[in-house]
Amino acid sequence: MEKLSFRLTAPNRAGGTRAQAIVGVVASGNLEVLLERASPADICTIDIATAAHGFGAVWDAVVRDFVARRSAGGLRISINDGGARPDTVALRLAQGIRKIEEPER
Amino acid sequence: MSDWGMQKAALGERLTAGRQHAKGKIIPIPSLPAFLKAVVRSGDRVCLEGDNQKQADILASALANLDPADISDLHMVQSGVVLPSHLDIFEKGIARRLDFSYSGPQSARIARMLFGRKIELGAVHTYLELFARYFIDLTPNVALIAAVSADKDGNLYTGPNTEDTPTVVEATSYKNGLVVAQVTEIVDKVPRVDIPGDLVHFVVEAGRPFYVEPLFTRDPAAITETQILTAMLAIKGIYAPYGVRRLNHGIGFNTAAIELLLPTYGEKLGLKGKVCTHFALNPHPTMIPAIESGWVEQIHCFGSEVGMEDYVAARSDIFFTGPDGSLRSNRAFCQTAGLYACDMFIGSTLQIDLEGHSSTVTTSRIAGFGGAPNMGSDPRGRRHPSEPWLKAGAEAAPDSSAAMRRGRKLVVQIGETFGDSNVPLFVEQLDALELARKLDLDLAPVMVYSDDVTHIVTEEGIANLLMCRTKDEREQAIRGVAGYTDIGRARDANLVEQLRQRGVIQRPEDLGIDPLDADRRLLAARSIKDLMLASGGLYRPPSRFRNW
Repeated sequence: MEKLSFRLTAPNRAGGTRAQAIVGVVASGNLEVLLERASPADICTIDIATAAHGFGAVWDAVVRDFVARRSAGGLRISINDGGARPDTVALRLAQGIRKIEEPER
Repeated sequence: MSDWGMQKAALGERLTAGRQHAKGKIIPIPSLPAFLKAVVRSGDRVCLEGDNQKQADILASALANLDPADISDLHMVQSGVVLPSHLDIFEKGIARRLDFSYSGPQSARIARMLFGRKIELGAVHTYLELFARYFIDLTPNVALIAAVSADKDGNLYTGPNTEDTPTVVEATSYKNGLVVAQVTEIVDKVPRVDIPGDLVHFVVEAGRPFYVEPLFTRDPAAITETQILTAMLAIKGIYAPYGVRRLNHGIGFNTAAIELLLPTYGEKLGLKGKVCTHFALNPHPTMIPAIESGWVEQIHCFGSEVGMEDYVAARSDIFFTGPDGSLRSNRAFCQTAGLYACDMFIGSTLQIDLEGHSSTVTTSRIAGFGGAPNMGSDPRGRRHPSEPWLKAGAEAAPDSSAAMRRGRKLVVQIGETFGDSNVPLFVEQLDALELARKLDLDLAPVMVYSDDVTHIVTEEGIANLLMCRTKDEREQAIRGVAGYTDIGRARDANLVEQLRQRGVIQRPEDLGIDPLDADRRLLAARSIKDLMLASGGLYRPPSRFRNW
C-alpha cells in the first residue's frame, strides 16, 4: 500500500452545507472517496492510500486538475484506491464534489 | 481462331468431375473430400465463405484436409478469417495467397503467420472494397458457401444471416465459377429463396447448423460509469446539436452505453424522434429498450445476431424481413447504406495518434478492418443534403459558398483515455506503422484516416476536429481530451483552454452534464436478463451470456 498526501490551494470553495459525503466503492479497479468539510476554506487536502505503486506523478496531475477545475476549497478528501484508472478517479472526485454540494435529505 | 468459351468449358469439366460424387446436386458428407479434390484446381481463387458471423465450417475443414500434393497454391479471397481451419489451409501449404477483410479471433495467429511468411498477403480490405474486387480482379473460381437449408434444385435459404452470400454467389456463378453450399438440411421446399438454385452447383447436407459467432452482444453488466459519462457526452454534445437521425454504431461498450441511455438520458433531453431514428446496424441486443420505447423507425442489418431471431421477426415494422418472417440481412447493401445514407459513424478504436489517425492493429495482432473504414469515412460521391451533413460541412469550411460546399459525414471515435489493462488510447505513433515496416507493406493498416475523423470523445470531453484550422490546433485538441495519458499530460494548457473557449473542446461541465448522473442506474437495462425481459421474452441470449 502506497500513501500519498497533497495540500493544495483551492481557488473555489466547496458548495453546500453537508459535513461529509462518500462516493464509490472499495473494489479492484475502483475507489472510495470520503469528503469532509474539515480544511481552511482556501485549502484542499487529499490523502491517498493506493494498492498500485509508482503512479505518484499521475496522481499529482489528477488531483491538481481536480482542485483547479472543481470547487474543492475547505475539503479534506481521503481516497481508498483499489488500482482505479485515472479516468475513474477523476469521475469519482467530480461526483464527490457534487454530492457534498447537495442539500441534506 | 479465338475460343471465347474457355471458362464455360472449364466449369463444365469441374461439373462433370463433381457429378461423379453427387446424386443430382447433393454431395453425401462421406464423399466431400473426394468431391473437393475433384473440383478444386491448384492455383484457384477460392472464396471460403467466412463472414463477419456465419462460417462455412464443414467446407473449411474439408478444404484444410486436402493433400497439398494434390491441391496447392490456392488464393483465398474471403472477408473473414475467423476459424482455425482458415489458417490451417495456409499452414499445410494448400493455400499461399490471402486477400481478406477481418480476422477477429485469429488476429494473433495471422500476424505470426505473416511474419513467418506462411501467408503471402495481397491486402487487408474493407468489406465493400473486397466485394468490389470480386467483380473486377478477385473473382473467385470456386465459392464454398453456407446456408440454412436447400431444396434438391439448389435453391438456398440463408435464414437471418444472409450476410455476404448473395454477393459471393453473384460474382462467382455469373463468371463461370463453381458454387458449393453447405446447408443444415435438405428440405422439399425452402422457407424463402435467398439464392436461386440455378446459381448453385452442388449442396452438402451438413446435418448441423453452420458456426455463427455472437459478435454484437454486449453485456450491460460490464458497462462502467466512465463509459456512461462518455456516452452522455456523445448524446448531448454530438447527437443533439447535429440532430443525427441516420447513423451506424460500431461494436463496443461505449456505443452499447449510448443505446441504453436513449430511453433514459435521451428522453430527459427531449431527443426522442429527433435523433437515432434510422440505423444501418446489426440487431444489437442493447437496442431493445430503445426500440421498445419507440425511438427507432427502421434498421437495416449487415447480418443477424445470435438470440435475436424471434425478436427481429416479431418487429417487422423496424427490421427488413422476408415473406417467411425472418430477418433478411445483406452485408454489401448495408455497407453501402452506411456509406451513403448515414450521417454519422461512431465507434471505438485501440490507438489514436496526434494527427487523429486511428488503428486497431497492434504489432502482435492484425484484426483487419471489417466495415469500419467504410462506415468511418466521408463519401466523396454523396450528393443529397441533410441537416447534420450540411452543418458539419459548414463547420469545416465556414467561409466557402454554401451552395458549392460539400457536407461532411460525422465520423466519431469514442473511448476512454485508458483501455483494457491500462493501455493508453492515445499514442505518438500508431503500431500500424511499425507493422507496415516489418512486413514491408506499401500502406500502414489505418482504420480511420485523420482527414475523415470529425470528433473524438473521451470521458474528459469532446474534441471537434472540424473546427481546427491548423495542424497545431488539431494536435492540441486531441491532447486536450487525452486525459492523463502521456499524450494528454504533455498538452499546452493555454492553447487547450483557448480551444475550449472557442467550443472546439467541450468538457462535461461545459455541456451541463452532472457527474452524479454517470451512474449505472441510468442504463435502461443493467443486465442481459433485463434485455430479455424488455423484449417480452423474445430475445433468447446464448447460454454464455446467461446466468439464470
